[in-house]
Amino acid sequence: MLDRIGAPSLEALWDAIPKDLRVQGPLPLPPPLAEYEIARRFEQWAERNADASRYACFLGGGIYDHFIPAALRAIVSRSEYATAYTPYQPEVAQGTLQVIFEYQSMIRELTGMEIANASMYDGATAAAEAALFAADVTGRKRVLISACLHPHYRQVLATYSSAGGFTVEDLPAAGGRISGTSLARIAGDDLAAVLWGQPNFEGVIEDGAAITRAAHAVNAYSVAVADPIALAILKPPGQDGADIVVGEGQPLGVSMSYGGPLVGFFAIRRKDVRRLPGRLAGVTVDADEKRGFVLTLQTREQHIRRERATSNICTNQGLMALMNTVHLALLGAEGMRDVALQCLERSHALMERLASIPGVTFPNGDAPFFREFVVRLPGNASAFVEAALERRILAGIPLSRFDRARGSDLLVAVTEKRSKEELDRYAKALADWVRAPAQHPAEEAACRS
Amino acid sequence: MSELTLREVSVPGHRGPRLAPLDIPGKGAERWIPADRIRKSPAALPEVSEPVAVRHFVNLSVLNHHIDKAIYPLGSCTMKYNPKLNDEMARIPGFAGIHPLQPEQVSQGALAVIAELHEWLRAVMGMPAITTQPAAGAQCELTAILMTRAYHRDQGDAREEVIVPDSAHGTNPSSVHQVGYRVVTIPSGQDGCVDLEALRKAISRKTAAMMLTNPNTLGIFERNVGEIARLIHEAGALLYLDGANLNAMLGLATPGAMGFDFAHINLHKTFSTPHGGGGPGGGVLCARAELEPYLPIPVLEQDGDRYRWSYDRPRSIGRVHSYYGNFGILVRALCYMRSLGGTGIAELSREAILNANYLKARLAEAYAPSHPGFCMHEFVLSASRQKARGVKALDIAKRLLDFGVHAPTIYFPLIVEEALMIEPTETETKASLDGFADALLEIDRETQTDPERVKTAPTQTPVRRLDEARAARLLEVTWQDLEGQGGAA
Repeated sequence: MLDRIGAPSLEALWDAIPKDLRVQGPLPLPPPLAEYEIARRFEQWAERNADASRYACFLGGGIYDHFIPAALRAIVSRSEYATAYTPYQPEVAQGTLQVIFEYQSMIRELTGMEIANASMYDGATAAAEAALFAADVTGRKRVLISACLHPHYRQVLATYSSAGGFTVEDLPAAGGRISGTSLARIAGDDLAAVLWGQPNFEGVIEDGAAITRAAHAVNAYSVAVADPIALAILKPPGQDGADIVVGEGQPLGVSMSYGGPLVGFFAIRRKDVRRLPGRLAGVTVDADEKRGFVLTLQTREQHIRRERATSNICTNQGLMALMNTVHLALLGAEGMRDVALQCLERSHALMERLASIPGVTFPNGDAPFFREFVVRLPGNASAFVEAALERRILAGIPLSRFDRARGSDLLVAVTEKRSKEELDRYAKALADWVRAPAQHPAEEAACRS
Repeated sequence: MSELTLREVSVPGHRGPRLAPLDIPGKGAERWIPADRIRKSPAALPEVSEPVAVRHFVNLSVLNHHIDKAIYPLGSCTMKYNPKLNDEMARIPGFAGIHPLQPEQVSQGALAVIAELHEWLRAVMGMPAITTQPAAGAQCELTAILMTRAYHRDQGDAREEVIVPDSAHGTNPSSVHQVGYRVVTIPSGQDGCVDLEALRKAISRKTAAMMLTNPNTLGIFERNVGEIARLIHEAGALLYLDGANLNAMLGLATPGAMGFDFAHINLHKTFSTPHGGGGPGGGVLCARAELEPYLPIPVLEQDGDRYRWSYDRPRSIGRVHSYYGNFGILVRALCYMRSLGGTGIAELSREAILNANYLKARLAEAYAPSHPGFCMHEFVLSASRQKARGVKALDIAKRLLDFGVHAPTIYFPLIVEEALMIEPTETETKASLDGFADALLEIDRETQTDPERVKTAPTQTPVRRLDEARAARLLEVTWQDLEGQGGAA
């Protein structure tokens, strides 16, 4: 090959790299490993993690242990999807493009909106892009963020707002949701948008119609951050009049994978389509008038418009959007409704069990919730989480992670996968711990840390 | 006949896998949800059995080109083979089935993977500070520009501009703009590299940073990178490396030694994680030590023999992802690096450069290279000669598809007329490179003997050339639109 190139040596090819910048000698890294050596190392690491196949997982916060069909895994591991690039040559990417089109259609159906893009990085960045979008469309900067939105989403919104496109302000909540007094705070002719969760971070179902009415009264955008499983059973924010609906798509067939890769969905009204961030697939015909699909309205995007693009986003979460699409196809309308209903019934069944344990209360009272609720323990929630590990239970998210004042509050999620036996085991673990917390060695360890 | 949509193959009542029946007393949605917040009619999702769904997605899949089928020489996209072990490791239940907020004491294996990947990437990049939180390269850019602003503020020095060469990727100016800096574009010199005179003129006390791709998008190493770094630093500004072309430099030169303050890595390019039809990407942002306090939270720390996430970082720019970034991609990247070892990693860039130069030498007889001399891992040809025969780079790209290979990048870089930007990567064999070269040379002959054939290509693909203007005009982007529930905006 060097002869054909006309180079005297291999090294001559990178003559352009100045000698003083070059790496001297080999990289300070170990030698290669064989496949089975790597597998051994990785399996040893994996064993040190408590995974949902060995532990009953009651963790939520936007990421859930939902059922994933075997057929989904088979399809998404196909090279044709996994190792393809962005469909820039549509003639040889009709598979990817039609999947995106079907994905957009199903997100439209779930959210009750009119247009959905080809996906975003995750729920948090989709929410941040929604704030940017609303600020741009309304020509205003102030964005109100429900205090009951996922704390990490609020942090990402704060980071994106620091770039200057919008400002953030907390919309206070009461009883775990946006209340009448907080609705009164949705005011001001400088308000660009209100961001609210459906259900919110604490699992509580919000009155989307009331929030949206308040936002529209001052010509601000109503932006829902919705859970896609809940949308199978809850009134979709689109029907509440929301202007943008975003959310995390992980519950639709994507493994938890320590929180990534995830996939954000992003749905809007048709009138705003030219401000849409990210990719969009549309229908057209080929030279023989045969139906086909292409990426469309690409002049919104950074590779064409550069600094005038609607967003700097370049990728979409293609493979995760495929997972969402296959999942929704396999479960269908009835299957999705079953999943949602079982989450609803099982989470309430666990709450009933916990309610009979002395000292256990529920700070959000009888606010309606979906799949996830906050339980207040007569003790430190982190300590209970540690104690429950011994019974192979991942008991929930201690809210002290986000607010030191909430040391005894635990966020507990119950999916369709949590059996009656697991609900009973959870209730017994908590009852035993409440009865004799001090005797448990794990608790002392937790209090020290 | 094109593949039907799921909506078109739906049959009422059909469905796929079912759940176990409820093993507790069910009380119905109405018991738990206020009536006005219940969905009135079910979402109109497809109704198909598992076999129908599987056939649908398999039949769609075979319409795609993919790297397991043939060469995918997209310049600046680094479409290399993705080893299968990587995916297998990411699917181990102890990685795929773990929750981001489970206690750290039962997540130590995951944290160890991230920590080891960080160590390996630090060695390759020659930079100490690192975050794997960004979801993709563009988010690394945004993160670094936010860190740049925080850094200058701490110096009591508000700055206004970021310098970007005209050959840069579109994400660069877009990320800069998003943070509110003014983009200052500088032209490339005759040799395709940064014009030092133009750079000197552009630099001022207003300059916050410069973003540079090295090798640049023409596949040329910026031999003045040392001087560029000196000029930028002299002005108190920071130098950012867009790492899209890192596949040219592993084991040859480190961004740290070149004087970069930031460098990003696209794991889905350089470290072989699958592109997934457009994502997920995997972003890594490296920085020099002084910038470490500004990294996004949380930052991974080692505490004796345990790892933990640290959130107590008052100068951090904040969080940029729901959790810790694309963990499943990090597992794959580490698996890839471990498979290659230090020796293999240093070898791969050398092979990528060799392959690119071989292709360039074979093609130069028919297509005009944008610049003479050796290239790094990619090169740009101009179809100017072919254009004189009435055939555009786009036509050549489409005709290539008929040969069963993928087209090069053609919409970019903007500074070369009728550009064909070609990056073969190290995982193509000589036979594969020859096959691709033969196809391009054959197409060149066709531009002389039968240009219409090229201009009407492709004819062997699942669909022929698509009417993009029609798609934008009708804006039918969902099933519902096809059924007449919505029209153009």
